[in-house]
Amino acid sequence: MPAYLDAASTAPPHPVTRAALLAALDDGWADPGKLYGAARQARLLLDAARESVADCLGARPDEVSFAASGTQAAQLAVLGGLGGRRRAGGRLVHAAVEHSCVLHAAATHAAAGGTVTAVPVDRLGRVDPEAYAAAVRQGGVALAALQSANHEVGTVQPVAEVGAACTAAGVPLYVDAAQSVGRVPVPAGWALLSASAHKWGGPPGVGVLAVRKGTRWRSPWPADDREGGRVSGFPNLPAIVAAAASLRAACAEAVAEAARLAPLVDRIRAEVPRLVPDVEVVGDPVGRLPHLVTFSCLYVDGEALLTELDRRGFAVSSGSSCTSSTVRPSHVLEAMGVLSHGNVRVSLHRGTTDAEVAQFLAVLPEVVAELRRTAGVAGL
Amino acid sequence: MPVILDCRGRRCPLPVIELARMIGQVGIGATVTVLADDPAARLDIPAWCRMRDQEYVGASTWDGVPAYTVRRTG
Repeated sequence: MPAYLDAASTAPPHPVTRAALLAALDDGWADPGKLYGAARQARLLLDAARESVADCLGARPDEVSFAASGTQAAQLAVLGGLGGRRRAGGRLVHAAVEHSCVLHAAATHAAAGGTVTAVPVDRLGRVDPEAYAAAVRQGGVALAALQSANHEVGTVQPVAEVGAACTAAGVPLYVDAAQSVGRVPVPAGWALLSASAHKWGGPPGVGVLAVRKGTRWRSPWPADDREGGRVSGFPNLPAIVAAAASLRAACAEAVAEAARLAPLVDRIRAEVPRLVPDVEVVGDPVGRLPHLVTFSCLYVDGEALLTELDRRGFAVSSGSSCTSSTVRPSHVLEAMGVLSHGNVRVSLHRGTTDAEVAQFLAVLPEVVAELRRTAGVAGL
Repeated sequence: MPVILDCRGRRCPLPVIELARMIGQVGIGATVTVLADDPAARLDIPAWCRMRDQEYVGASTWDGVPAYTVRRTG
């Protein structure tokens, strides 16, 4: 029975996702922007979904917009936040370990003549709040970006402290909360926030963009009156309804799930170095997401490792260069200065069982040992 | 006479494996310089030094190729 251990890429759909999606497909296909009966019904569904998501995020409904993906929401947050603040300056400050969609938005900003400061992280992948504060106090900073927690290694970022420094400097803070929403409390201090429904077990095709009232924001896109002028195009209402329903369900279960998954991850963190020689388990062991762990195995080819684990029935992902389309190692592992080859990321979800974790820990050492034997590196 | 390990064209983890094989063959205090165009080498060679308690001297270029120098400490 294959074990899916890659929830951080995408979570298996929550049971309510399918039901809500199908129901809304029947009831919510009309254009919520029109005036007739079917349209008003669709409008009610959209408003209810918005209110529900806003409630889960600690935001007002009129601060929340639905985008076509988490990536799109993140890029709208960055480019829209920069655009709204162009009179304050042209500098974006971000952590070196942001998700690549944020780095791509930063590159777009730089290509258009803007400037970018990447704040380095420590060996655990965490920014130093003082270093971040110094970066935003530079002057000419239009926007600051800091993820709530890292998607590759799980390290939680000091968002509250950085948020306070940003407020003091008059710089809005954008928080990519994709790995937190539906799992752990969303940190306070954000002026812009993004999230992604399929990360919490909602359907693909729904991102969430939240912009606090009073935060300047200017669309990088042509004008459209959908979603408060923030996201153009006909909204995917059935998916939005399913996203809201699954978020509410995930939030209701979040505390229990975190309490269930954190010890399983603790077990992986403790056992992997005990069972597998020459392995580096990275990221903050304590200040971390409950469901995720990454480790690197010395002298092991990451692609070969993933292939063999797949053959043995485990779906996991990797930050090794050979497993990426870019042939570069993960920028997160690089920023941390940790070993990148033979890298495995394990991320658990509501369907993960104790037995699956135990089985993974039973299989991993022999897979690594066999790969090392084949490469002739045993004893190196 | 500096020891040069030419790992051009070799994909990770091969440059680190070659380094690990070579380091025991130089004297304590001597250096090995790995030429590696694999992007992961810049990260993995210093990480290997940390895991194996060897001294990472630094990165440079040899004839336009990234080069990473390690000193054997033990």
